[in-house]
Amino acid sequence: MITVLYFAWVRDRVGTDAETLALPAGVTTLGALLTHLASLSPRHANALARPELLRAAVNQLFARPETPIAPGDEIAIFPPLTGG
Amino acid sequence: MTRLKISVQAADFDLAAEYAAIATQPGIGGIGCFIGQVRAGSDLISLTLEHYPGMTEKALHAIAHQASQRWPLHAITIIHRIGTLTIGQPIVLVLAAAAHRHAALSATQFLIDWLKTDAPFWKQERFSDGGSHWVEARQSDQQARQAWDIPLG
Repeated sequence: MITVLYFAWVRDRVGTDAETLALPAGVTTLGALLTHLASLSPRHANALARPELLRAAVNQLFARPETPIAPGDEIAIFPPLTGG
Repeated sequence: MTRLKISVQAADFDLAAEYAAIATQPGIGGIGCFIGQVRAGSDLISLTLEHYPGMTEKALHAIAHQASQRWPLHAITIIHRIGTLTIGQPIVLVLAAAAHRHAALSATQFLIDWLKTDAPFWKQERFSDGGSHWVEARQSDQQARQAWDIPLG
């Protein structure tokens, strides 16, 4: 299982701030996971439609599409950062 | 050894208390200070700041570590507020203390530049007509952060 967290407008569009799901066979990178998540529902598809607008972290470290993922990971998907 | 204080909190911060907490340390000759606050805009009522608990604190520690590698700092204070803040209210405090002004001022700017692009916070604006809007990241913030990657000679 993996935990996926959503923040800011990504959460608003997906409609939940966190979900736990099984990692499908063959999904071994963040990029592949995003493609899988977008297939889960129309809301997911809408939220994740433009990966260039998204940023992500794996286990609380910034990640890129090629970053490997594995069961037990905490993956977060969010817009570019706007603190300060 | 750099004294580090990092806090993500809803409550306001006390600038005088934060200053006093580091100013008495021996060897400090200058303290740089940056305070970010909610800027008035057309019809803006408030900003709501959200963050990624756990990762935010790690990211701020990593940014502070970067600064302490680049300059001889005696102390770094980063306090970032979360929750809903109205116009004029403070959002973020950065203090950097060193023996001399160059390190203190440069580190202060570095810390806020990197915080903007490397700490997981998001701002949502609320307007008087009831609407709301997630603030978009600025390209200029990314450029300001990357400017620090250029070797200084």
